[in-house]
Amino acid sequence: MTPRKRRRLTIAIAGLACLGAAAGLVLYSLGDQLVFFLSPTDVVAKAPPPSQRIRIGGLVEQGSVKRSDDGKTIEFHVTDLTTSVSVTYHGILPALFREGQGVVAEGNRQPDGSVLAAEVLAKHDETYMPKEVVEALKASGRWKEGDPLPAGPHPGTETGQKP
Amino acid sequence: MIAELGHFALILAFVVALVQGIVPMAGAARGHGPSMKLADTAAVLQFLLVAGAFAALVHAYVTSDFSLVNVYGNSHSLKPMLYKVTGVWGNHEGSLLLWALMLTLFGAMVALFGRNLPDGFRARALAVQGLVGVGFLAFMIFTSNPFARIDPAPLEGNGLNPILQDPGLAFHPPFLYAGYVGISIAFSFAVAALIEGRVPPSWARWVRPWTLAAWSALTIGISGGSYWAYYELGWGGFWFWDPVENASLMPWLAATALLHSAIVVEKRDTLKSWTILLAILAFSLSLLGTFLVRSGVLTSVHAFASDPTRGFFILIFLLAVTGGALTLYAIRAPALKAGGLFQTVSRESSLVLNNLLLATATATVLLGTLYPLILDVLGGAKVSVGPPYYNATFMPIMVPLILALGIGPLLPWKRGSLLTALAKVKLVAALAVLGGIAIVLATTDAPVLAVLGFVLAFFLGGAVLVELAQRVQLAKLGPMGAFRRLVTLPRGAMGMSLAHFGMAVSVIGIAAATGFSQEHLGVMKAGDTVEIAGYSLTFQGVEDVPGPNYTATRGRFEVEGVGTLSPETRKFRAPPMETTEAAIHSTPIGDLYVVVGEKTGPGYATRIYWKPFVMWIWAGGIMMAFGGLVSLSDRRLRVGAPVRRAAAQAQPAE
Repeated sequence: MTPRKRRRLTIAIAGLACLGAAAGLVLYSLGDQLVFFLSPTDVVAKAPPPSQRIRIGGLVEQGSVKRSDDGKTIEFHVTDLTTSVSVTYHGILPALFREGQGVVAEGNRQPDGSVLAAEVLAKHDETYMPKEVVEALKASGRWKEGDPLPAGPHPGTETGQKP
Repeated sequence: MIAELGHFALILAFVVALVQGIVPMAGAARGHGPSMKLADTAAVLQFLLVAGAFAALVHAYVTSDFSLVNVYGNSHSLKPMLYKVTGVWGNHEGSLLLWALMLTLFGAMVALFGRNLPDGFRARALAVQGLVGVGFLAFMIFTSNPFARIDPAPLEGNGLNPILQDPGLAFHPPFLYAGYVGISIAFSFAVAALIEGRVPPSWARWVRPWTLAAWSALTIGISGGSYWAYYELGWGGFWFWDPVENASLMPWLAATALLHSAIVVEKRDTLKSWTILLAILAFSLSLLGTFLVRSGVLTSVHAFASDPTRGFFILIFLLAVTGGALTLYAIRAPALKAGGLFQTVSRESSLVLNNLLLATATATVLLGTLYPLILDVLGGAKVSVGPPYYNATFMPIMVPLILALGIGPLLPWKRGSLLTALAKVKLVAALAVLGGIAIVLATTDAPVLAVLGFVLAFFLGGAVLVELAQRVQLAKLGPMGAFRRLVTLPRGAMGMSLAHFGMAVSVIGIAAATGFSQEHLGVMKAGDTVEIAGYSLTFQGVEDVPGPNYTATRGRFEVEGVGTLSPETRKFRAPPMETTEAAIHSTPIGDLYVVVGEKTGPGYATRIYWKPFVMWIWAGGIMMAFGGLVSLSDRRLRVGAPVRRAAAQAQPAE
């Protein structure tokens, strides 16, 4: 083997090793570390196991926000106007968190069917909703793009009573 | 009227770009001098026209001319002057115009300062640059005209997204764009070399200053963006693995690889076709970043546009640029002859390893960024790929990269001995591990990854110092002699040491801030006191303070020995939106970070963080960028090709 060929072979082997290791890491991670986006209806229908990290998106149901006395734990319902799911969060909510507005919470579904959120995302202004939330609402068939957001307790959800 | 002039200048620039893309290319093929010379004139003219258009848009913003759709949609007469100006690029059309301005600026700079390049090569490179300009200007003129009018003109504008109303925004996009677009020069040079069918070692010397400048700008842009996210988003995070951040990280990784492989081309006349490929890929990743950010396929602060025709246009443009260049590469690359040989253990090999690892890291980031989009297009589940994915893929690749970064510069060219190199860093490695053990003993529940980060950073920092000491012959000449040598060291070597050391500094910041942060979340009433990281904070209540175009709820925290920290929550009127302004007390060993939220029960929701060494992340970024600039000032690059040295020195300083 000439030195040039040997060098090429070494580089090729190193390259393949790198790629192989990367492919292994990626496959492992894509299997395990993905976060699935689900609407409240999906969460109830698919009932993902507690180990699966999910994002639940929809509207914060009117009148559903309850705070513990020390203010650290917040419980609220996320609705797609068909189904609503209870979400618990320990921490401080982002400034744009409002009843009746779009929200995305990331966390795990608990055995009792509620979602324990590790993070609540509301990176949007008062007129804009995350794309995922818009699609979840459209999928529920109760809201079309351009419609005003329903005020007051959302129709069609059973659990919308004031605390 | 001025807006129409701007629009007209833009159209003229498009025509000039067409001429610049075609005539010099044909001239170079036929050896026709005047056609080749036209490239210089066209490049400068194109820049002046785009600069005129940009000035017209700035004028419209400064005078709040709401008869322009763009100004109406993104500005407001009550906005402070600084944000009226920065608002120019705080939107889709304006940011594209800034991009075009940078693109033509770089083209004009090649025309003005690239006199030492051979005429044919310069003509071809500028022609390619012109063709890229054609694509961008067409995109603007046909889908995103910044000068479109509305009739009748509204009395007041909609205002700029408040979280973009920040000094950080004034500087972050221009640097980022200078970086993105600067890589286009490497791309044009690569394509010109492919057209000519040969890559002489001097090619690497021509391309290096532009890549260095672009890389430094990109480094500052990314660091700035990360710092902005840290203080503006109110969570104390500095990197979110958001697709938009990845869009800037990928070209940075590719440009870093390109910088290193270009060294091998220059010094050893080998790795040519790989380097050319990297130049093409780096610019393609810049364009991909633009596509991701500007097409509206991503939901983010940065996604101004959600018009599908725009995304489609950028996608076609991306395919044309990348596809065209790669086709040319496939035809011409086999003809590129490799020169110098090297052994498996050598400086060249360590640079190859650096390239392999950087390319792999880029690929994992690319896959993580595109996977949710691909899955969505294929009608699969909606997923997001977050930090856990990157922690499991990107981070493991960084470990060998940092080790190679420490050892590589100690290996000689052509042929080296790993044992000799390792012997030099034996002590450093031992000290780094001891440092890690000390951290584990001094803290409770030290996270393994953070400690590993510290050990790697100590090792890298130490290895950089060992290499520097060896270069200045500290052992032989003593401190004074070594210092004299240090001052006269080639700037390229100095730049390398600075940039590598900056990397170590950043890694320390990242490890400390992710692994050893402390936080206190809770409702505080006036008079409550919180102890964190040795600081004692007393909350003294809030007051309402009017701002220029918002009302702020300002909290007051008395911090013993520091003074008052006043975080704010700002309610903007146009558009109606709230932002949090954290109050940060920065010290070299860590930041005290305080946020006040909404009224909750008897008090106010507050977040208090202690972020140890967090400033080091950006200090390291600045060091890296500065290292790039020091390297840029190397004589070897300033003077240019040896044959032209006498002529170049005879000219007056520019």
